[in-house]
Amino acid sequence: MKIINLIIILFLGWPSIGWPMTLNVGLQLEPPNLDPTSGAAAAIDDVVYGNIFEGLVRINEFGDIQPSLSLSWDLVNNGKSYIFYLANDVLFHNGDRFTAADVKFSFDRAKSNGSTNAKKYIFKPIVDINIIDPHTIMITLDQARPDFLFNIGLGDAVIVNEDSADRNSFNPVGTGPFKFVKWVRGDRVELVRYRKYWGPSVFLEGANFKFITDPLSAYTAMKAGDIDAFPNYPAPENLFLFKNDPDYEVVVGLTAGETILATNNRNPPFDNLLVRKAIAHAIDRSELIDGAMFGNAVPIGSHFAPNHPDYIDLTGLFPHNLDEAHKLLLLAGYPNGFNVSLKLPPPIYARRTGELIASQLGRVGIKVKIENMEWAQWIDQVLINKNYDLSIVSHVEPMDINIYANPNYYFGYDNDDFKKIIFDIESSTDAINSSQLYKLAQKKIADDAVNGYLYQLGKYGVWKAGLKGMWANYPIRSNDLRGVYFVGGEQ
Amino acid sequence: MKHFSISFIVGGGLTTLFIIAAILSFFWTPYDVELLNIKGKFATPGFEHLMGTDHFGRDILSMVMVGTRNAIAVSLIAVGIGAAIGVPLGLWAAATCMNGSRIIDELLMRGNDLIFAFPSLLLAIMITAVFGPSIINAIIAIGIFNIPVFARVSRGAALSIWPKEYISAARVAGKGSTRISYEHILPNILNLLIVQATIQFSIAIIAEASLSYVGLGSQPPDPSLGRMLNEAQTMIFFAPWLAYFPGGAIVALVLGFNLMGDGMRDILDPKLRQRSETGKASNDAS
Amino acid sequence: MSSFLLKKIISLIITLFVATGVIFILIEVVPGDPVAFMMGLSGSTEAADALRIELGLNVGPWARYVDWVWGMVNGNFGISYTYRVPVIELIRERALVSVPLTVYALFLSTAIAIPAGLISASRRGSLVDTSFMGVAQLGVAIPNFWFAILLVLFFSTTLKLFSASGFPGWDAGFLICLKALTLPAISLALPQAAILSRVMRSSALEVMNEDYIRTARAKGLNKNQALLRHGLRNAMIPVLTILGLQFSFLLAGGIIIESVFSLPGLGRLVFQSIVQRDLIVVKSIVTLLVFSVVFITFIVDLLYAAVDPRLREGN
Repeated sequence: MKIINLIIILFLGWPSIGWPMTLNVGLQLEPPNLDPTSGAAAAIDDVVYGNIFEGLVRINEFGDIQPSLSLSWDLVNNGKSYIFYLANDVLFHNGDRFTAADVKFSFDRAKSNGSTNAKKYIFKPIVDINIIDPHTIMITLDQARPDFLFNIGLGDAVIVNEDSADRNSFNPVGTGPFKFVKWVRGDRVELVRYRKYWGPSVFLEGANFKFITDPLSAYTAMKAGDIDAFPNYPAPENLFLFKNDPDYEVVVGLTAGETILATNNRNPPFDNLLVRKAIAHAIDRSELIDGAMFGNAVPIGSHFAPNHPDYIDLTGLFPHNLDEAHKLLLLAGYPNGFNVSLKLPPPIYARRTGELIASQLGRVGIKVKIENMEWAQWIDQVLINKNYDLSIVSHVEPMDINIYANPNYYFGYDNDDFKKIIFDIESSTDAINSSQLYKLAQKKIADDAVNGYLYQLGKYGVWKAGLKGMWANYPIRSNDLRGVYFVGGEQ
Repeated sequence: MKHFSISFIVGGGLTTLFIIAAILSFFWTPYDVELLNIKGKFATPGFEHLMGTDHFGRDILSMVMVGTRNAIAVSLIAVGIGAAIGVPLGLWAAATCMNGSRIIDELLMRGNDLIFAFPSLLLAIMITAVFGPSIINAIIAIGIFNIPVFARVSRGAALSIWPKEYISAARVAGKGSTRISYEHILPNILNLLIVQATIQFSIAIIAEASLSYVGLGSQPPDPSLGRMLNEAQTMIFFAPWLAYFPGGAIVALVLGFNLMGDGMRDILDPKLRQRSETGKASNDAS
Repeated sequence: MSSFLLKKIISLIITLFVATGVIFILIEVVPGDPVAFMMGLSGSTEAADALRIELGLNVGPWARYVDWVWGMVNGNFGISYTYRVPVIELIRERALVSVPLTVYALFLSTAIAIPAGLISASRRGSLVDTSFMGVAQLGVAIPNFWFAILLVLFFSTTLKLFSASGFPGWDAGFLICLKALTLPAISLALPQAAILSRVMRSSALEVMNEDYIRTARAKGLNKNQALLRHGLRNAMIPVLTILGLQFSFLLAGGIIIESVFSLPGLGRLVFQSIVQRDLIVVKSIVTLLVFSVVFITFIVDLLYAAVDPRLREGN
C-alpha cells in the first residue's frame, strides 16, 4: 500500500464500505471512439485522458503543466529544443515497456501525412526527434514556441504503443492508472485499476463511464443512485435540488468555454463597428446568466477564461444600455433596426441563450429569426461556409484567443494589429512579456466588439457527498480519476 | 337520425372548446407569448397566471392556446395533404383495376407499401435533417404518411362500389371512369373518408407532439405543446405545472377528437365501425 | 398458385431494390459532411482529407451505391464512420436490446388487450365495458414519451423500485435485464394495448353474430364458452395482422422511449447516427427496417392468399 493511502486512512478513517470501490461516472456524450489522437470529440478525452492515456506532461485541474511520463525537462538552444527525461519502469497495459522510441513513434505518427490527428498543428513545428538514450529524448522545433509544452499535455499528444496504436479506437492501450475492460456501446465504458501502474497507486478499484444523453435521465439516475458522480451535469436548472440535498455535493467550476454571440464580421450590417458596439450595449449578461444558466455562469468581456492569471475584466466596456445601443444604430444608419438570423447548435445553453438574445436584440429593433440546427449542419453552414449572421457557441478549446488571428475563421475578423500581437505571443519566451501581450489581445478584440462576449460556460459537478478528488474545473476536457476517493458514510 | 351518443357530446364539447381557444389565440391571449420576463419566472398557477409561468417567465395559458392552434393547424393541413393526394390515387387505382389494367394499380400499391414500410419518425427526422426543422417540414413529414392511408381506404371502398348496378348504368351512358369516380364513387365513400380523417387527425396531433418533443416541429419563439413538454421535463420536480398543462392539452385534444370521431361513426354508419377500427389500428401501428 | 407466388416474389425483389435506391438518395442529400463533423471546430484540413480517404468517401456516388448494395448482398454492411467497427456488429449489439424490448412490449400489450377486449365484448354495454373502453380511449390519447416520464417519476425517483435509465447488458443476468426493460416496455405497450383491445373487442363482437356461434349456443354452451371455444380463432385474425404491424413499428418507434430511458437500442443508434452523420449506419438500419416490414407484408399476403383463394385470382 502506498504511503498516501495510509495517510488518508490514518486521518480520515477507513471509508466504511465499498472501499476500494468502482465509481459510476455519468457523461452526457458517448465518445465515437476511444483514440484521443484521432477525431476532435471532447467526449474521448472525457473518458481516456489521464485515466487510460498519459502524455509527456499532464495538465491538472488548475490548468498547470505537471510532469508525467517525462519526469523533468530542459529547454536548450534558445528555447528551440526540449530535452525530456523519461520515467523508468513504465509498462503499457499490454505489458510492453515504455521507452523514448514510443515517444518518437507517437509524435511521428501524429505528424505523418496519413495522420487524422485533429491537432496536427501541434506537431508541425517539430523538425527533429533525437533519441539520446532509452530514457532521454530531444525534440527540436523550427523556432522557440512557449505553448508547445502545454500542447503536448493535451489528449491529442498522448503516448501510444506501436503494437496497439491501430486498435486504440476500440481497445485503447496506454500507460495510465486505469486499464480498459470493455465498452458496451450506447451504455458504458468500463475501466479497472492497472495493478502495474508506474506512478502512485490510485484509490478506486475501477470506473464505469455511463452515457446518459437525456438531461431528465441524468437527474433521475443521480437521484436513484445509479450514478455516483456527474462531472458535467447537463441541467443547471435543477442543480439547486442537489444543493439542498445533504446526500449530494455540488461544485460549480469553470470550463475553458467562452460562450460568444458569434458575429459574421464579413457582411453588412456587422462589418460596421457601430452596429457591433450597439449589439454589445443591447446585451444584458446578467439576464442571460440568470435566465439561461440559472445563475450558474461567470460573465466575460472578451475571449479569455476568467480563471486564467492573465485575464482582465472587460465586462464593463459596453455596459447594458438600450439608449446607447439605439444611438449607435442611428449613427450606423439603422434607425429602425434590421432583420438577421441566429443559427443555434443543439446544446441547451445555446438554445436558451439564443431565445433570450433574440428577445434582447428585439428591444433595440433588431428582429432576430432563430434557426435551430444539428451540429453537422452548423459546422457545414456556419463554420465551413460562413453562411450566417449570428450564432451562439461555446469555444471550449483552452487558450484559443489565437483563432481571431485567422481571417478565414468563421468570424471573418481580419486585423493586422491583432495578428501581430498573436505572432509575438507565439514566439515570445519571456513570461512577463507574453502575459502583457495576452492582455493586449483581450483588449483589442473587446474594443473591436468582434463578437458578443457573454459568459464562461460553467462546469456543474454533482456527486455523492463524501466523494473527494473530482476535478472542479475543466481547463481541458478530462475526468482524471487518479485522485478520487470516498470518505465516510455509505457509498 | 339517431340520437347523439354521450361520447359524441363529450368529444364534441372538448373539441369545440379547443377550437374556440385556438381561434381566439389569433386575436387575443392573456399575455404575449414572445414576452420574456426572467424576473417573473416559475410563477405558480394563480389569479395572475392561470397556468403559471415557465423558465423565461412566459404565460403558460397563452402558450398552450397558441401551441394548440399550431398543433391543430399542422394536423389539419397534413391530413388534408394526405387526403388530397391519397384519395385521387386510390380512386385512380380502383378505376384502372376495373378497366382490366393491373399495372397502374400494382405500381401505386407497391409505392404505398414502400412509404408504409418506412419507419415514420425516422423518415421525419431525415426530412428535417435535409430541410431543417420547421413547422412546414413537420407538416410534410406527417402528410406523407397520410397519403397511403387515404389511398388504401379509398381504393378498397371504391372497389366495392364499382360492381354496383348504377355504376354499370353510368358506364353504359358513356361516362368515363374519371367522371364516374368523381360523380358516383366519391360521394358514396365520403362518409368513410370523413371518419378516417378524424382518426388520422388525432394520430397527427400525437405525431406533431412527438416531432416537436424532439425539436423538429415549429421553432421558437413560436410555442408548441411537444417542445413545452421537452423543456419542462428537467423542471417538473419543482414546477410540475410546466408539464401538466401542455401534456393535459394534448391528451384532451386527442381524446376529444377520438370520442367525437366514434360518435360520428355511429351516426354516419354503424356498419363502418369494425372496418375503420381495424384501419385505425393498422395505421397507428405504422 | 406458382405463378402467383412468382409474381409476388418478383414484386418483392423490385420493391426492395427501389427501397435501397430511395434510401441511398435520401441519405446522399442530407447536408453535412461526416468528416467535417468528426473534425470539429479546430480540425486541420489535411487530417480531414486523410480521414476521407480512410473512410472511402473520396469516390463518386455511383461507385458508393454499387459498393454498398453489393456489400449488403454479400452480408457486408461496411464499417461505421464514427465507431470504426463493422456496422453489422453494431446492429447486432443494439438488436439485443431492441428486439427483446419489442417482444416484451408486445407481450404486455397482448396480455392486457386480449382479455380486456374479450371481457368488454362479452359484457357489451356494461359498466366494465364502458370503463375498459374509456381507459383505452385515454391510452390512445396519451403520448408515450409523456407516459414514460410519468412512470420514471413515480417508479424510479419516488419509489426507487426501478433504475431510471441504462441497460446492464445480458451478461449481468436475465432478470436484471428484464427489470431494466420493464418501464420502457410498459410505456411502449400502453398505447398499443389500447388500440389492440379495441380491435379485439369489435372483432369478437363481429364473430359473436356469426352462425356457428349461434349454433354452438343453441347446443347449450353459454356466450363465453361459445366465444372461447369456437370464436376466438376467427376473432384473432385481425388481431394478429395488427400485431405483425406493431412489431415492426415498435422496433423502429422506440427512438424517443429509448432516449428517455438511455437504452442502447436500434432507435437511439440510428438517431445518434443521423446527428453524427454516420451515414453508413443510418443507411443500413433503415434498409433493414424497411426490408423487415416489406417482408412481413409479403408473408401476410401469402397467408391471406392461402386462406382465401379468391385473392390469388387477383380480384
